[in-house]
Amino acid sequence: MTAKKDRPIIEVKHLSKQYQIGMDRTYKRFSESFTNAVCHPFRTIRKTTQQKDSFWALKDVNFEVERGEVLGIIGRNGAGKSTLLKVLSRITYPTEGEIVMRGRVGSLLEVGTGFHPELTGRENIYFNGAILGMKKREIDDKFDEIVKFSGVEKFLDTPVKRYSSGMQVRLAFSVAAHLEPEILLVDEVLAVGDAAFQKKCLGKMGEVAKEGRTVLFVSHNMSMIASLCTKGILLEEGVVTKNGSMDKVIDAYLNSGQEATGQIVFSKNFPGDNEAVLRSARILNKDGTPITSADIDEDIFIEMEYELFKDDMRVYPNFHVYDQYGQPVFVTSDSKLDSKCTLKCKAGTYISKCCIPANTLNSNTYHILFALTSVYPLHVHFVEKDLLFITVNDPIEGILSRPEGYSGPVPGAIRPVLEWTLSGPIEKDRDDML
Amino acid sequence: MTEQTSDFELVIRPKYGLFDLNWKELKEYHELLYFLALREIKIRYKQTVMGASWAVLQPLFTMIVFTLIFGGLAQMPSEGIPYALFSYSGLLLWTYFQNALTASGNSLVGNAQLLSKVYLPRIFIPTAPCLAGVVDYLIAMTILAAMMVYYQFMPTATVLLLPVIVLLTLLLAAGTGYWLSSICVKYRDVKFALPFFVQLLMFVSPVIYPASILGGNLQWLLALNPLTGLLNAHRAVLLGHVPVDYVGLAISAVITLVIFFSGILYLRQTEKYFADLV
Repeated sequence: MTAKKDRPIIEVKHLSKQYQIGMDRTYKRFSESFTNAVCHPFRTIRKTTQQKDSFWALKDVNFEVERGEVLGIIGRNGAGKSTLLKVLSRITYPTEGEIVMRGRVGSLLEVGTGFHPELTGRENIYFNGAILGMKKREIDDKFDEIVKFSGVEKFLDTPVKRYSSGMQVRLAFSVAAHLEPEILLVDEVLAVGDAAFQKKCLGKMGEVAKEGRTVLFVSHNMSMIASLCTKGILLEEGVVTKNGSMDKVIDAYLNSGQEATGQIVFSKNFPGDNEAVLRSARILNKDGTPITSADIDEDIFIEMEYELFKDDMRVYPNFHVYDQYGQPVFVTSDSKLDSKCTLKCKAGTYISKCCIPANTLNSNTYHILFALTSVYPLHVHFVEKDLLFITVNDPIEGILSRPEGYSGPVPGAIRPVLEWTLSGPIEKDRDDML
Repeated sequence: MTEQTSDFELVIRPKYGLFDLNWKELKEYHELLYFLALREIKIRYKQTVMGASWAVLQPLFTMIVFTLIFGGLAQMPSEGIPYALFSYSGLLLWTYFQNALTASGNSLVGNAQLLSKVYLPRIFIPTAPCLAGVVDYLIAMTILAAMMVYYQFMPTATVLLLPVIVLLTLLLAAGTGYWLSSICVKYRDVKFALPFFVQLLMFVSPVIYPASILGGNLQWLLALNPLTGLLNAHRAVLLGHVPVDYVGLAISAVITLVIFFSGILYLRQTEKYFADLV
């Protein structure tokens, strides 16, 4: 038993997962395969032995998780995070490699799986619990707790289809939260429900982590990851590129994909659709030089170049600014192209540029999301998250938003210089003050 | 691929042996099978006016129609017993088999969300509807009991074999269901072929006609159909009008077990890619 305790609770060795892409591999008809086999016997045989259209969602992934660790898994969309959790929870099988897990596994890949709309809340609690691997006795014991946590006491004997979507999610999460496996796999479940319920869930997750259970947590929410996880891994295109303490991994994630020059120029695989694509994105100073950092009292310019392939488009370019934890700070869009959208654009290349005035952002690192939407009809052409970042520095000396003599951090996502008035018995003690 | 030892060591590998059936895990999860079957039963007649009486109405109306056409107009022989009783006793078991097989064959694709979101022993999904159907069978049995009272038939001691016959029918439906539902994950053609296949199967099984009307040189063909032995024995043990054909029942049992276990093996071999394809 002691030997078992010493060994890591999860060992992932040379794990790879290959997916077949292309229509014919995923959805085949008998007749097709049959006629193929008859008409092109050699081609069919070759096809089954060497499959061309495939890609590796995970490639040679290795890591270990110690008992009681809370591991954060981060990476961009399509980096293989969800595939990794799917393989770990045995939903899909690896193509190569091996996983050893020394503990009972429970997974929360999507809450409410197996909820049946026709069944009542009570029936669904039992059924969902069983699907998540709970024993009937365990559910009996925790039933009251689950119901209380979800707050749907009054509707227990109502079919779930009559529930609001929020109630369904709350009930589903409550069942899942009362699962007590030694290893818990969680995928973004907390991105649901209202703020109050999210807070409750976050508390529950923290509790679970404190109990010494091992948790693997996938999320895009950096503040949540940072507060819950001690260690982390960063996945990029199916490969683990960083493995270590969560802070360092988050840093690596935030800086990855960032060209040190403060601009990204696409040469192929332009983000977008058949109506509009993003050609380049830049963060500039007032001289038009791409930058990755600026002083707090300097103007910052965000620019994107995009190409429209259609005439008469009413486009709506917008930038979203996020703080280092992934929390949105603000969204800005071209106010000339307001809701009436009287401006129509012809096909061609456009540059939209906006200025974040000096003394707006605090001293922090901010991530910029570049998006292009068109209205009438409403349509999103591209949304490119975390494409560029800008670090705002505080030179401490001579800054309007900071009292002289104080050099500590100033809290807040933004730090604007605002218009103030003061009334009362003012005493002037310095000549230069007016 | 998956092994669970006593101190909870789970190893996930890309491949596993042909006979690695993992009974231990099935035992571990057996409550889930119960819940899956319970769910089938509970949702089947939700938001219907007639509710569970549909379990009775289905074979009852079929029996009435067939009695009017075949018993009345066509003068179908019925082993010397009233045609209504003859056909209902066949339709009772047949309706169970038909519903179980149809539900089982479509179950994996119908539960795509379960397959792609959580782990559970895949084999439970096509098994659950076969278990749930037994409840319908028992409900429909009440009509047969009433008819037997009316026509004054008494079951003989061989009625003790009834659970075995029902169990074999369950295994046959489940085994065929394993094959068809696994194939259906990859080839959706099954969804269209299945109702057609089931309908044809009814006419090559002695449901509404006695096996004896086929000529002697065609009897062997009927015997290859595992439902033949089951339907004949089912009728014989309940009504006691003819002696039970143990040879026929044994042949059916062997074919059923072959289909059942080969179905398990096929499902186990193909389940690896279910989540990727479904």
